[in-house]
Formats: sequence, structure tokens, C-alpha cells
Amino acid sequence: MSETLVAQLPVGPAEPAERAPTDWRTQSMQRRIRQRYAAERRFRLLGMAAVVLSAGFLAVLLVTMVYNGASGFLRTEIALPVDFANAGLTVDPARLKGPGADLALAGAGVENATKTAAIAAFGPQGSDLLSDGAWLSVRAAIKRDPAIMRGRSIVWVPASDAIDIAAKRTGSPENEAIVAHFKQRNAIATGFNWPFLTASDSNDSTRAGIWGAFKGSLFTMIVTLLIAFPIGVLSALYLEEYAPRNRWTDLIEVSINNLAAVPSIIFGLLGLAVFLGTFGLPRSAPIVGGLTLALMTMPVIVIAGRNAIKGVPPSIRDAALGIGASPIQVVFHHVLPLALPGILTGTIIGMARALGETAPLLMIGMRAFISAPPAGLSDPSTVLPVQIFLWSDQIDRGFVEKTSAAIIVLLVFLLAMNGIAIYLRNKFETRW
Amino acid sequence: MSLLALFLVVAGLGLIGWLTARMRAVAFRRGSTARFSSLPSHFGGYVALWTVLPAALFLAVWAATSPALVTNSVLKDPIAAQLPPPGFDRAAILSEARSLAAGTSFGAFNPLAEKLAPAYAVAQTQIDWIGTAVALLLVFATGGFAYTRVRPDFRARTKVEFVVMGGLLAASLIAILTTLGIVASLLFESWRFFEIVPITDFLFGTHWSPQVIDPADPGATLGAVPLFWGTFLIGAVIAMIVAIPFGLMSAVYLTQYASGAARRWMKPILEILAGVPTVVYGYFAALTIAPAVRDFAVSIGVTWASSESALAAGLVMGVMIIPFVSSMADDSLAAVPASMRDGSLAMGATSSETIRRVLLPAALPGVVGGVLLAVSRAIGETMIVVMAASGVATLTLNPFASATTVTKQIVDLLTGEAEFDSPKTLAAFALGLTLFVITLLLNIVALTVVKRYREAYE
Repeated sequence: MSETLVAQLPVGPAEPAERAPTDWRTQSMQRRIRQRYAAERRFRLLGMAAVVLSAGFLAVLLVTMVYNGASGFLRTEIALPVDFANAGLTVDPARLKGPGADLALAGAGVENATKTAAIAAFGPQGSDLLSDGAWLSVRAAIKRDPAIMRGRSIVWVPASDAIDIAAKRTGSPENEAIVAHFKQRNAIATGFNWPFLTASDSNDSTRAGIWGAFKGSLFTMIVTLLIAFPIGVLSALYLEEYAPRNRWTDLIEVSINNLAAVPSIIFGLLGLAVFLGTFGLPRSAPIVGGLTLALMTMPVIVIAGRNAIKGVPPSIRDAALGIGASPIQVVFHHVLPLALPGILTGTIIGMARALGETAPLLMIGMRAFISAPPAGLSDPSTVLPVQIFLWSDQIDRGFVEKTSAAIIVLLVFLLAMNGIAIYLRNKFETRW
Repeated sequence: MSLLALFLVVAGLGLIGWLTARMRAVAFRRGSTARFSSLPSHFGGYVALWTVLPAALFLAVWAATSPALVTNSVLKDPIAAQLPPPGFDRAAILSEARSLAAGTSFGAFNPLAEKLAPAYAVAQTQIDWIGTAVALLLVFATGGFAYTRVRPDFRARTKVEFVVMGGLLAASLIAILTTLGIVASLLFESWRFFEIVPITDFLFGTHWSPQVIDPADPGATLGAVPLFWGTFLIGAVIAMIVAIPFGLMSAVYLTQYASGAARRWMKPILEILAGVPTVVYGYFAALTIAPAVRDFAVSIGVTWASSESALAAGLVMGVMIIPFVSSMADDSLAAVPASMRDGSLAMGATSSETIRRVLLPAALPGVVGGVLLAVSRAIGETMIVVMAASGVATLTLNPFASATTVTKQIVDLLTGEAEFDSPKTLAAFALGLTLFVITLLLNIVALTVVKRYREAYE
């Protein structure tokens, strides 16, 4: 239709007055307008559909994760009658107070006693109904109240993977039957899965938790922040405030802009070759992960920092220079404090990206099975996203909900960080 | 004294230097009517820098060299004559003796190590004492020198600011160092790879199966063409078929049609899509999308469809890229002068006609640049393909077949149990170099296009 529109335009020095005015009331004209309006509506709907579908995809993603993961925060417990008096536990009650209690009880054979109790209570396959970590609950119960050692007592212990699934969702028919049987006797209960938040990785999905990975993430992020933030802010200040325009500063600018677009896995290769290969730092350690992610995050901070510094009006600098401040004083006393909210916003966004990053950390070996939380920066550890990746590879059905639950935890942290960034931006953003 | 403790002592002395110099400066300023070039804190900073920096530099160098010094003095010991000639055994014994002496291990595998341990302990103590003494001497010498210069007419500020400026410059050089580090490490390892495998085999070979490498002809199974093709198919074709229409149309809708409130709500929601970690997308793709794609393929008669199809990974990657394309398109549309839009509307064109025939053609270079950047991001994306794409390298046009990518292969090659020098691990660096070069070129081209286009309207 617009071909005709173009064709109607007067070409050259024609006499426009000669042309008869368009009669909009003719049927063909009306039809044309109707068609154009319909096209307009269609286009508009297409745009709306694009936005709604994109948001819909996000919604599906989140709903899937919540649906799969919500039950990961719950765990099933079974009431296990234990005959402590005849369990043959030889332990000195005096040692149950104080730090040696765990060791004393482990040596006393609590694990075997738990198994025997399960077989006595639930039949020959009884110990399969319980999680591998069931004896830990028995141990905790003894520590809480050593008096129960003298008689029979009921201890709530975590159920095995298959029973757990059958109680919370739909398991195999036999397990469903077992759960129904327990339910009749009120011997099964579902509660909040504290071990999920306090334990580390494990082969048994009922014992696996995210604390180890969380601590690893925390250490890694601390290293990243301590390195990337100062270097990023200082180089943003230099480039924006002091750098002379020459080939060298151009080179710095080009490298920073390119580093921001380099695929993250390349930084992993760099960490592998330089930090592990050349410097010989320990594998799987938060310090190496932090260094690698710092190199990745630094360009983000520099770019955000430069934009924030650019936003400070020149009049501030002129006024400070005018009353005798030196260039360094101008920047550190006046420009930097005013630009800080913007820089912090950029930093938080960069850190959020680093927190969700997986690929470079796989390269430097943070994908090992680590069953104890790291105690220091050079201990082997893993991080939350890598833990998610490792669990996603597990065939065990119990790990599906654990993976999704870990994803929920990760997303909550990322949303919180982004929320803080948006809050900071809105609260401190100054329009000059 | 351990190095960390020594560092802390030096830092503490620096603090004392700062305080005393500052007090002295405050004292001579009091009652004086002269004008000073420096504040008391500048004098403090001057003395603190002189106290800490030389000693810290020395300690850094010392930390790197002292182990070698210790080993040297141990080797002069008569017991050391029994050591095997330089090589792996010798290094193993020495490191065992070192950890025995340091008390980090108890009982040695090698009896010689146990004999050497006392010598190690002695040498270590000696070297530690020398280090501590030199460091403290440096602290007092340089700090004292600086303190004597704290006088009213001394321009401490200039000196301090010179150091601060140096620090700023050094911080910004880190970016260049990182780039150099990336290029050097990739080039170095790739060089070693290409010494084993001819570069032509790698770049043009069509058979990729690194699990079986023939030592006589390692290039035969390390042809990367199927990887390049898979990367292109997933990242540049399937992902873009999703991302370009969705990203472009949402940018158009949000900037041209949506009300202010809708824009305020929808833009952050789209940005969340970009903030979701890729491992989450990967899990979603593997858990939900891949089986769905397979079922769909089977239902339309493609019975051999792979459950790790290129389509599943590409679709999810496309969704991940939507906000990126959208924000680039948003910027380009905003850069089109309002007069062009107003002119078109004044001629009687409807909004959609204006967008399609005036705004989008005018914004096209910017949009193209944005799409190129999006492609570079998609082909470098790792976790989605690691979790949802297959490891089998096939040259296929069929989106339901399995395809693998460069990034997926890098992860697979480096997370195996192979030693560091095998062609398998080195191949990962060669793939990394290829990926780096391609993304770099894409970025440079895209940024040039976007820049030219911006200049055209300014």
C-alpha cells in the first residue's frame, strides 16, 4: 500500500493544485484505511505477544523450579523405637558432655545399634527404610538427653530417599504402601529439612545440603570483591579523570571493553593456565576461583564506575579546584563520594553475575565432590552454581528436588542483590 | 616469624609512623601563621608510605626467592650428597623434607627426607631470621629517613599524590595485563598443541572424537569443523531465530506502544531473564525443554530424534539472549532522531508503518551490531550446552539431531582425568583460542558498526 503512497507524491515541479483532493469517503479508500488499521492492531498485538511470551517463559521457569524444588526443603522422618538398654552401647556418660561426645558415641556403635533397631522394628529390610544418616539423629537424641540410654525410647530419624519421595510425591507402589502403613500408625511425619541448609554434599540425597557450597561461594565472593572492587574503582577514576588521550590509554580502554565481552569460559582457561599452572596455587580453592572471577568482574565495575563518574557535573570539580584543592583531592574528596552510589550499583550487579557463574570454576577444578565445608581460602571447596550442576548429573530421583531447591536458594540471593542494587539506584541517584 | 606476621608488624609500624608524623606536623602548624602546602595527614601518609612500601616490596621478593635459598643451603649439607640426580625423585624427597621441617606432616615415606628434615629446619630458621632482620631494618631506615623530612617547608602532598597517581595507573594496567595473560596462555598452550597436531587438521578436519587419539596421527580425530558447525547452528541460527523476533518486537512494543506503567514493570522483568544464572537455564533445558522437544519430534514422525538435540539448547539460549537483543534494539531505536518519526506520522502513516518503514530501517545498523554482539555472547555460552547439548560431534542440518559446541568440548576435555600435557587437554586451549579470536572479531565488527551508526545521527 505504501508503494502507492510513494507513487502519489508529486515528482518534480508539478502543479499540485491540479490534483483532485483524495475523497476519503469512497468505499475503496475506506477499505484501505480499515486494512491499515488492522495491520496496525496486528503489529501491536505481535509486540505485546513478544513481551508477554518472554515474561511467560520466565514465569514457567520459576514455577517449574518452585514446583520441583519446594519439597526439597522438606524431609520425611520415621518414628524408630530404639531399645537403648539392650543395644550394647558402651559409653561413659561423663564423656557425653563436652566436645568429645560425637567421637565417643561413634565409637560406641550407635550406627550398628540404629540398624539393629530398624530391623527389629520394621523387619529384615528395615534399615533400608532409613537414610544413611539416620544414626546421626539417634546420636543427637542421646546427646540431648543421656537418660534415654537406660531404657526404650522413640527417636525420629530421617527416612530413606525412596520413602521420602513416596511420602512427599508419588513413589513406587510398594513404597507408597509402606508410607500408608506408617501413616496409619502416625509413625511418619514431614518437617522442615534443616540438614539441607546445614549439611554439605553427600552421595545420599537425604543427607545432602548446601552449606558447604554456600560457604565456598561466600569465600569466593569475598576474594572477588576485595580484588575487583578496588582495582575497578581506581582504574575507572584514572581513565575518567586523569588519563591523557594517547595510544596507551586507548589500549587500556579497548582491553577493558573487550574483556567485558570475552566468554567466561576463557577466564577459566586463563585461571587454569596461569593461577594453577604457573603460580601453582591449589586446585578447587576459593582463592583461585575468586581471582578468576575478579578478573571477569573488574571490567563490569570499571564500565559502571566510569558511567557514574561521568555523571558528576564538571561544576563540582571546578568549584573544588577553585578553592585550591589538588586534582587528587578533587577526585577523592568530591567526585568519588558523589559517584559512589552508581559505582556500588554496578558492583553489586557484577557480583551477582559472578555469584551465578559456573563455567570458569569448572575449569579450575571446583567440581570435585567435597563433603566438608571449606575452613579457609585455600581449602578445596565448591560453589552454589557448581553444586547445582553436580547434583543435576545425579541419577537418584531425590536429587531432582535438591537441585531445584538449591536453584531457589541461588535465585533468592540473586534477586536480593539485584533488589538492593535497584534500591540504591533509586535512593541515591541524583539528577543534576 | 612467619611472613604474614611480618607483614602485619610492618603495617603496624606504618600506622605508628603515620600517627607520629601527623602529630609532629600538627605541632609545627600550631601557632604558625605561615601557609603550608600540605596537611598533617599528608605528612603522615608520606612517612607511612616510606615505612611500609620498601619493606613490603622486599618481603614480596623475599617470599618468592627464600624457598630457593633454603633449598640451596640444604644442598650444601653433606647428607644431601646422597640425593638422586635432579629430577622428579629428588624434588619429591626435598618437598617431603620441607613439609617435615615445617611440621605440616609427620613421618616421611623416604628415609632420606627424614635425615634432611633437621637441616631444612635449621636453614629455614636462618633464612627467616635474615628476612625478618632485613625487613625491620628497612622499615626503620626508610621510615626514619622520611620522618626527618617532616618539616614545615617540605612538600609532602606532591610526593604522596605522586604515589597515589602511580597506584591509579597500576590499577588500570591490570586490564591490559589480563588481556595479555589470556592471549599469552592461550597462544602458548595452543602452540604446544599445534606442534603435535597440524593446524590444518584441526581447522579443516571433519572428524572429532578426542576419546580415541592415535599417537601416530593425532590430527585424524581432532578435526574441529563439526564443533564449529554445531556452535554456529545452536548459537547463531537457532538461538537467533528465537532471540531476534522476540527481542526486537519487545523493544518496539516497550518503547513505542506501552504505557509508562507497563514499561516500568516489564523492563525489569525482561532484565531478570538476563540475570538468571546460566546453570539454571541449563538445568531447565535438560529437565523440561529437551524431553518436550524430543516428544514433539517423535510426534511429527522424527522417531530417531535425540534427547540432547540442538534445538533444545538453542531455544533456551535464545530465550536467555532476548533481553540482550531487546536492550540493544532499544538503544538503537532511541538514537533515531525524533524528527524522522514525527515526519512520518505527520504524513499520515500509522505507528506500525512508521516503525516498519522509517524507524527500523534507520536503526538497522545499530540493531545489526546488537545482533552480532548477541551472537558472540551465544557462542561463548557454556552451561546451557554443557547440560543440554550432546557430546557427540555431528555435521548435521537437522535441529532434532544432536550437536555439540566448542565450549561444551572445552569443558569435556578439561574435566577428564587426563594429564596436563596430552593432546586432549591442549586441544581445549586451541579451541579456547579459536573461540577467543572469533568473539573478539565479532565484537570489534559490532562495535564499529554501532559507533559509525551513532555518529551518523549525531
